Amino acid sequence: MKKRNETKHVSLRWFGLPRVFPYLRAYRFCYPIMIIMALCGTVADICLPLFQRYALDHFIGRGVLDTLGIFILCYVLTLLFQLTVNFISTYIGSCVEMWVGRDLRQSAFNHLQTLSFSFFNQNSVGYLHARVMSDTSRIGETVSWIVLDCVWNISYLVGACVIMLCLNWKLALPVMAIVPVTVLLIAFFQKKLTALNRRIRELNSTITSNFNEGITGAKTIKSLVVEDKIEADFRVDTAQMKRTSVHATHYRALFGSTITFASALALALVLRQGGALTMEGAIELGTLSVFMSYALGMMEPIRWIVNAFSNLVAVQVNIERLVGLLETESDVADSAEVVARYGDTFNPKTENWEELEGEIVFRDVTFRYPDGDVDILEHFDLTIPRGSSVAIVGETGAGKSTLVNLVCRFFEPTSGQILIDGRDARERSQLWLHRSIGYVLQTPHLFSGTVRENLCYGKPDATDEEIMAALRSVSADAVVERMENGLDSQVGEGGSMLSTGEKQLLSFARALLADPRILVLDEATASVDTMTEQKIQRAIEQIVSGRTSLMIAHRLSTIRRADMILVVDDGRIVERGTHEELLALRGAYYNLYTRQYEEEASSKRLG
Amino acid sequence: MKKQSKSQLILTFLRGCRRYFALSIFCAVGVTLTDLLSPQIVRFAVDSVFGREPVDLPAPALALVEAVGGVPYLREHLWLIAAAVVTVSVFALLFQYGFQVFNAMGAEHLVRSMRDTIFAHIERLPFAWHMKQQTGDIIQRCTSDVDMLKRFMSDQMTSLFKTVLLLVLSLTFMCSMNLKLSIIAMVSIPLILCASVFFHRRIRRGFTECDENEGKLSAIAQENLTGVRVVRAFGREAYERERFSQQNQHYTSLWMRLNLVFSGYWGAADLVSGLQVMLIVTLGAVFCIKGEMTAGNYMAFISYNAMLTWPVRHLGRMLSEMSKAGVSLGRIAEIMSAEPERDVEGAQEPPLDGDIVFDHVSFGYDGAPELLHDISFTVPAGGTLGILGGTGSGKSTLVYLLCRLYDLAPDSGRITIGGVDIAQMSAAHLRRGIGMVMQEPFLFARTLRENIGIALEEGTDKDAVIRAAAETASLHDTIEGFTDGYDTLVGERGVTLSGGQKQRAAIARALVRPTPILVFDDALSAVDTETDARITAALAARKDDSTRIYISHRITTLMHCDRILVLEGGRIAQYGSHAELIAREGLYRDIYRIQTDRSEEVEA
Repeated sequence: MKKRNETKHVSLRWFGLPRVFPYLRAYRFCYPIMIIMALCGTVADICLPLFQRYALDHFIGRGVLDTLGIFILCYVLTLLFQLTVNFISTYIGSCVEMWVGRDLRQSAFNHLQTLSFSFFNQNSVGYLHARVMSDTSRIGETVSWIVLDCVWNISYLVGACVIMLCLNWKLALPVMAIVPVTVLLIAFFQKKLTALNRRIRELNSTITSNFNEGITGAKTIKSLVVEDKIEADFRVDTAQMKRTSVHATHYRALFGSTITFASALALALVLRQGGALTMEGAIELGTLSVFMSYALGMMEPIRWIVNAFSNLVAVQVNIERLVGLLETESDVADSAEVVARYGDTFNPKTENWEELEGEIVFRDVTFRYPDGDVDILEHFDLTIPRGSSVAIVGETGAGKSTLVNLVCRFFEPTSGQILIDGRDARERSQLWLHRSIGYVLQTPHLFSGTVRENLCYGKPDATDEEIMAALRSVSADAVVERMENGLDSQVGEGGSMLSTGEKQLLSFARALLADPRILVLDEATASVDTMTEQKIQRAIEQIVSGRTSLMIAHRLSTIRRADMILVVDDGRIVERGTHEELLALRGAYYNLYTRQYEEEASSKRLG
Repeated sequence: MKKQSKSQLILTFLRGCRRYFALSIFCAVGVTLTDLLSPQIVRFAVDSVFGREPVDLPAPALALVEAVGGVPYLREHLWLIAAAVVTVSVFALLFQYGFQVFNAMGAEHLVRSMRDTIFAHIERLPFAWHMKQQTGDIIQRCTSDVDMLKRFMSDQMTSLFKTVLLLVLSLTFMCSMNLKLSIIAMVSIPLILCASVFFHRRIRRGFTECDENEGKLSAIAQENLTGVRVVRAFGREAYERERFSQQNQHYTSLWMRLNLVFSGYWGAADLVSGLQVMLIVTLGAVFCIKGEMTAGNYMAFISYNAMLTWPVRHLGRMLSEMSKAGVSLGRIAEIMSAEPERDVEGAQEPPLDGDIVFDHVSFGYDGAPELLHDISFTVPAGGTLGILGGTGSGKSTLVYLLCRLYDLAPDSGRITIGGVDIAQMSAAHLRRGIGMVMQEPFLFARTLRENIGIALEEGTDKDAVIRAAAETASLHDTIEGFTDGYDTLVGERGVTLSGGQKQRAAIARALVRPTPILVFDDALSAVDTETDARITAALAARKDDSTRIYISHRITTLMHCDRILVLEGGRIAQYGSHAELIAREGLYRDIYRIQTDRSEEVEA
């Protein structure tokens, strides 16, 4: 059974457009220009058949060429006019599209920089990424082209009707009667088509993930000998894709046929009524030809209007999601007083920042995750003196990151206080704290760019000497020397040009360079070769010394060296004390430690 | 398999959908003909019915007019003209509908056959091929390149055909009406076409540049989101904003430049087409006055001329894009020309319940130095072998060789089961006989029931077997704990299983089918010690005579094996029973001591 990836149906007032108006304000002057230019463009479009009428009635009808010069002049001028106004309107339209997209992207990105970690825990990177990259483009596209499409096509329709009514209202009315029927039919097909297209997109992503599975799961598929079964299931999906696509084409074809037929019907009406009128001499041949041009030309705009409308309906989902993101407020926010004194995320007032010493105190802290339903900490007290180290140990998934999250103020206590240097963390800005914390991750995260850019991440003004000193003290200098352009070598996306061990060493150097007072270390369990392992151990010793450190630890060497060890099980702290004290307890720590010891010693012996 | 040429490949894919394309081409001819008919009706009506020009119609049409009562009758009954227009349009409509639907059927059939063929081929390529490829690249070939080919066949080829047909037919009509005016009309066509091709070639570079920069922008956002902890912990939000903003600005300005070129091109193309129409309108009028053309001809001529402009401009764009299809085809042909796995001729399917013998086996991965050196050992039928070894010692490779996921090179030893060389067996038969559980198991994005029972034949009482296997693997209770039980979906869109749960699911999957050989490659590494013991006991209690191979770091898992093999650097360092090995100095005893005399060591 496959879970359908259902897309929410959203209907907002005015298609949600009012919610994006604030982002259009800067370009409000573009809209009148776009509208006026689009109207001018339509006027030119509507005028062109009139030239043919003049040629038929005046030149051919009367057999004279007296006004040929002025005729050509006017014709050329009309063409040039059309060229100019169309150029202006499409160019401004595409500018507005790009500008609005750009501004929305930037706002979404900036806003994400201020949101709390509970938000990131609840929303996947892929989801957020799609909001920043694709929703913004979709909205930008819609808010600019919808205006142009509507103005162009509606005004053409209206203009053609007006001219027909002026030329001969009796002939015009039956032709106009076809329009509403066509609109209804096309709108119906469009609606069907939209639903089918959504289904096709879903199937497409299913097929892509099938390919993915067939390739990444090759070893399993082969060893289970289920190639035939996997292939048969794949065929089911492709067959369904085929059926749905063909089904959608029926509607698309009906859509096109409706327009063809409506045009032909209009033409037939013109020939029937207009022919009679021509023979009676009530209208001239030129007028008949104008009617024929309009009859054939006025059905196409209907397609575009319906299309624009359905885009508007579709974009509501994007607006809903993006605006929802922009309106989300951070769980962890600095108070107004704090911002006034210390500055905000993007405009720090570093001149008012106190030096951070590094003493951390948990005072009567109770905590539960915003999306959780149990207290992880209850009336928890802990003092981490300046310069001392705490190791947090426990099984994978036991909730070891909680303390780290609280110290970093990625989350705030539900009740109680966390004191940094004796003052509640909330009395200073988040940025003040973060600038003094060094963070070394379990899975080292490097940014694409050069080695230097990555190392200077925490200290943008570091000199080459400082960088090299930092690299040497974590034995990462060899990594850089090996690379072709030294510090200016590219590390690739996410550091893909480097091995895991190398990435780890570089991330240590990065932390060391920032010279933080508080160090948070989330140790990796990933196995690296013995040489690298030794280097990493030395590097950890190096960066921990002299700093207040919190370590989510796996290595025995790291654990043993800590001044205090906290043992976490099922989200709670079950034991705390020094290594010797805890071993003597023969409890959870003892078990954990001995197993870890076995594994470490075995793999060391096995090499 | 011979290396297929690209054209052969496309013919293979086209098998079965050629008739749809033939029908769609037939309809396309119909559409074009009917499209060209309406202006003729208008011409006739204007000239001979409304006007007083002599009737100028081909014989069949003339006969039709006479049959309904001649021109005078038509003048009295103008609705007949209207009916003719509507009738023609009904045909046009049917042809158009048929064209679109048949074309889509052909295209979708083609896509489906391409996808199915490529997928089936990929599934049958040797594992060594899979290891060499980048998943993303292959998926791109299977999706975007396939779409590109579909567009080429269903969109570009038919449009090309339609456009050429339209050009030829309407120019013929136009020439028959007025040669001089037709020549004037024709002059502009190659002009517009060349300009359009040139322009689209040029602008493609711009698009590529925009795409690349969008990729960079997207990567910055992606890295920022995945590295949110690093950004926050170093307090570099402002820097990130700046970084994103710069690229955002750069990307936007690239698009604006491209838009400028684009708007300019549209304007210019509009102007050229407009001027061409003007020329026809003006000169046509002049010809009419001179009496070289009738008013009806004039109007029809203008209609035909208008029909040409758009397709020609579109054609230019298509011609510039057609080269891409060749590239895509080449990329797909590369996959299709890879050699699929083959059994030797007359492959045997012997029973697999005999002794497993590795006879002087040496092996190295393609292009890498030799990994296994001269390995020889025997696992007697129904016996158990334990393998201990460090990372990179070649333990897993032994198993891959046994399953023939990799083939042994000639003269580097042989592996036999029951005396038959596995190279002489059918691979499917061999693998079906080996239940293999790997350290990092791969589960399919399906329900747990489907995952565990995936290797079961249809028709068996699946549920009972699946449940029994899950119980042996200590997974049944866990599964019952999920809201959807065995129907719980695994993976991205379902629950995320822990490493240990995945391993247990993989064990259950290997157990649903009785196999003469079972291999556990570090299959319990993520399972805690107690569950490990429980599963090991349950496995031991299973009453089958399977030959088993356990690869592990844990002495507790290995010690019950009949024979234990210690691998070091791709060679057999030690071989013997548990009792023998702990009596001897060496790797095994050291590990044994580490893992049993825990307390002393720990506190030392």
